[in-house]
Amino acid sequence: MTSRVTSLRDRALQPEARLIERKPYYEPLGTEIELFEAAYSSQIPALLKGPTGCGKSRFMEYMAWRLQRPLITVSCHDDLTAADLVGRYLITGNETVWVDGPLAHAVRCGGICYLDEIVEARKDTTVVIHPLADDRRILPMERHGELLHAPPEFALVMSYNPGYQSVLKELKQSTRQRFIAIEFSYPEAALEKKIIITETGLDADSAEQLIRLAGMTRNLKGNGLDEGASTRLLVHAGKLIARGIAPRTACNGAIAEALTDDPEMLRAVNELATSLF
Amino acid sequence: MSLQPPSSDPRLTIALSEPLSTRELEERLDEALDAVLSSRRTAQPLALGLAPLDREWQDFALHWVSVIARTSSEMAYQFAALAPDALRSFDLATAEAWIIHAMDTFDREGLYRGSSELKNLDAFIAASRSRSRAVAFEDARNVLGLFICGLAGRRLKLESGNAAYTDTETIYLPACSTEYASREQNFIVYKAMATHLWAQTRYGTFSIDPAAQLASYPDLRRALALYHYLETVRIDAIIVRELPGLAREIAALGTAAPPPQACRRVLDPAATSADSLALVGVLYDNFTPPRLSYMGTMHPELVQAVRAARIAREKLELQSGLAKILAEKSPAGEAQSAAAQRFAVNRSDPADAGGNFDLSLDGAPVALPANVNDLLQSIAQDLGEIPDDYLVPAGDGSYRDSKTPQNKAADVWQGTYHEEGAVLYPEWDYRRRHYRKQWCVLRELDVHPGNPDFIAATLARYAPQVTRLRRTFELLRGEDKLLRKQQNGDDIDLDAVISGYADMRSGMELPQRLLVKRHKAERNIAVMFMVDMSGSTKGWINDAERATLVLLCAALEVLGDRYAIYGFSGITRKRCEIYRIKRFDERYDDNVRSRIAGILPQDYTRMGVAIRHLTALLNAVDARTKLLITLSDGKPDDYSDNYRGEYGIEDTRQALIEAHRSGIHPFCITIDREARDYLPHMYGAVNYTVIDDVARLPLKVADIYRRLTT
Repeated sequence: MTSRVTSLRDRALQPEARLIERKPYYEPLGTEIELFEAAYSSQIPALLKGPTGCGKSRFMEYMAWRLQRPLITVSCHDDLTAADLVGRYLITGNETVWVDGPLAHAVRCGGICYLDEIVEARKDTTVVIHPLADDRRILPMERHGELLHAPPEFALVMSYNPGYQSVLKELKQSTRQRFIAIEFSYPEAALEKKIIITETGLDADSAEQLIRLAGMTRNLKGNGLDEGASTRLLVHAGKLIARGIAPRTACNGAIAEALTDDPEMLRAVNELATSLF
Repeated sequence: MSLQPPSSDPRLTIALSEPLSTRELEERLDEALDAVLSSRRTAQPLALGLAPLDREWQDFALHWVSVIARTSSEMAYQFAALAPDALRSFDLATAEAWIIHAMDTFDREGLYRGSSELKNLDAFIAASRSRSRAVAFEDARNVLGLFICGLAGRRLKLESGNAAYTDTETIYLPACSTEYASREQNFIVYKAMATHLWAQTRYGTFSIDPAAQLASYPDLRRALALYHYLETVRIDAIIVRELPGLAREIAALGTAAPPPQACRRVLDPAATSADSLALVGVLYDNFTPPRLSYMGTMHPELVQAVRAARIAREKLELQSGLAKILAEKSPAGEAQSAAAQRFAVNRSDPADAGGNFDLSLDGAPVALPANVNDLLQSIAQDLGEIPDDYLVPAGDGSYRDSKTPQNKAADVWQGTYHEEGAVLYPEWDYRRRHYRKQWCVLRELDVHPGNPDFIAATLARYAPQVTRLRRTFELLRGEDKLLRKQQNGDDIDLDAVISGYADMRSGMELPQRLLVKRHKAERNIAVMFMVDMSGSTKGWINDAERATLVLLCAALEVLGDRYAIYGFSGITRKRCEIYRIKRFDERYDDNVRSRIAGILPQDYTRMGVAIRHLTALLNAVDARTKLLITLSDGKPDDYSDNYRGEYGIEDTRQALIEAHRSGIHPFCITIDREARDYLPHMYGAVNYTVIDDVARLPLKVADIYRRLTT
């Protein structure tokens, strides 16, 4: 029986497997690394704000590597229940076995639990993190009858994009006021260029044109686009170009079509790309 | 003569009948054109013209004569006179397009322009021939607008003009681009024109006043043409550097003759408009500038007027903005006199001419509000730098937003009529089978609050029903359900496990479905109530409508659905009115309650435009299900201009079809007993309810809503 339990526990990934071994590529935008480290050592949870594709998740990987803690990422969605986070009983053969959810798992192994796009989760789900996110740092698991105390190494981090959330998906004040917030935005042109070149191996000229195209789409934000092209999209386009795809085709696939479905906006973004390449 | 119209057209199934005689034609024309005929102007010449045509063409002409005559008899007369010639050169579709084009012009600009469009047959023929390869401004407008917005710099408007030019705030482009053999190339010409005009404002073509600077030359027009050419060459060089893709496309058009050696100077990256100006002197005597297809024209006088107005306005706005910053920084009453020279502005990156500014106050950096930054950018584009006297705070620090219309709706009706500040909507003309563009002028108004006692009285009167309503709607509210025996779930279904275990003991397999799952039902509905406020509702219908809304709101508050209530009325197409009672983002508070009490009968029922406006509002809401519920007491109707009857019904039907296409479910609740004659046609067979007894309206509506949304 113990073996069955272990095998189940094995299936839920081992903490060692969540350790990041190779240093992820990350360019600091400002003082976010110092800020995060200070928050981590003071055991304050952190909230990463910023538009999509500006490096929030990469930052988390980098910090997990830097602090040498396992990183457990949960992508939130509106079917995510409290049980999905904390854990549940499963039935195997003729007995029930408790299996930790990712949050409990992170608390046990003293890892970093990263709740990605937290606003996508239902409000009642987010409430379970409240006792973990203040100075109590406990995770009550009623069903299992256990009270987990978070070790000092444990950290709770969540990310959200203030740009496109609707009124329905606002973060509750009682949730957001437990976190220190670190704001992310798209990097400055020179830095963005360095990132693209490092990530894609593209030549400097094409990288510069990509950044100008990104600037143009960011001008269109609020004029028909919800969001300009993110650094991630530029990296995608850059990778395609570096592989020998014609730049206009690459920009259409990686940037224009990724940004919008509206035919006129699509055309306009493509015209902008055509003007540059 | 004999014409063979395309026989595939279903309207021409009676094609083989005999042509009408001149006398028959004359009678029919007399009837239709009665208003504009006299003893000296008879229908006879018209009839003679139409007589030789085939019957189907005669029918076509007579049909349109009667349709046009409903709008303008004079236009119909003109059409009848031109029809024989026109129908000889057109096929059916082109003829229809020609008529619609002329009628649109008539609607917009009156008889003179309308009839000249009719007469302008040759131009229309030429245009229709080139249409296959032409790109019309209207088709390219949105894409080009976004394109220019993406290129950044000042936000520029795009308008159709008779040539390509700019006054530095609006880019005017010709109505269509037909010069090249393919649509792609013609679009590139448009794009090149727009980019050049944008670049003129961005790269300082008008930072000097060319007309004043060149005034010393004997032939100012020649000098200006040279300056324009040199600037085009300079901007072309900029495009090659900044937008190489576009530069290649322009080069592929094959118009650009390489600029002469003497123009070298403006090709330099550091060249400015001053270099162009200086070169005009060199080239004035011995060089005639070639014309490039995307060059457009230059109107320095327009630019100067717009620019002077903008510079003056922006100086005030900047000073006022700085005063506001200062007021926020320093506590009130602190020595404002020392403010001079306290602000300083620098480019964040001196090398980047389009970059952001840094603002500092007494040497300490100040956060720059976005609008002040935009102002600084715009001023720097006009003047090259920020003059010191601009940085002296002045004014009360309040922003005068030039974009908000200054005219209140009430003022508009007191003075001469104009359309500022209103929203224009098209209307469907079923006879023309086309939209009348920008036909209805609609304004949103506020309902004058009424006596809130009405609400309390209604609630008291219907107290038992309200309690019942609340209870039914509470049941509707998305309650969580526990689903048993699920394959996936949050928790173990003990009952299932026990019976499964028993099964297993008796030799059967353990079932897979042993978990419980919580199903969370979420209502994601937005509903818009459109309330008839026409004069015919006066009296008990109005009371019933208001009571209905009171009960509905009580029920909807329980349910938690998002809802909005708007009233509609108006008189003629120039005065359509929508009354705000409750917006989507408003809470059901005392203000809303007193507005419901204040609903008063107004004028007429022009429904189409109201539906179009509310559709637009409803579409701005993010919801899975969107309902547009109309409370009405009768047919669409309006004072004069033919809205009554079939026209209004068809327009309303068209507006509802548009709403439906955009994902809205329209529904109508009416107390008109005759509604069964026309409502199925407008709303579809199942999307309406007729309530025979007005007194029962308040109770029925909530019930209908419940039925609709479950």
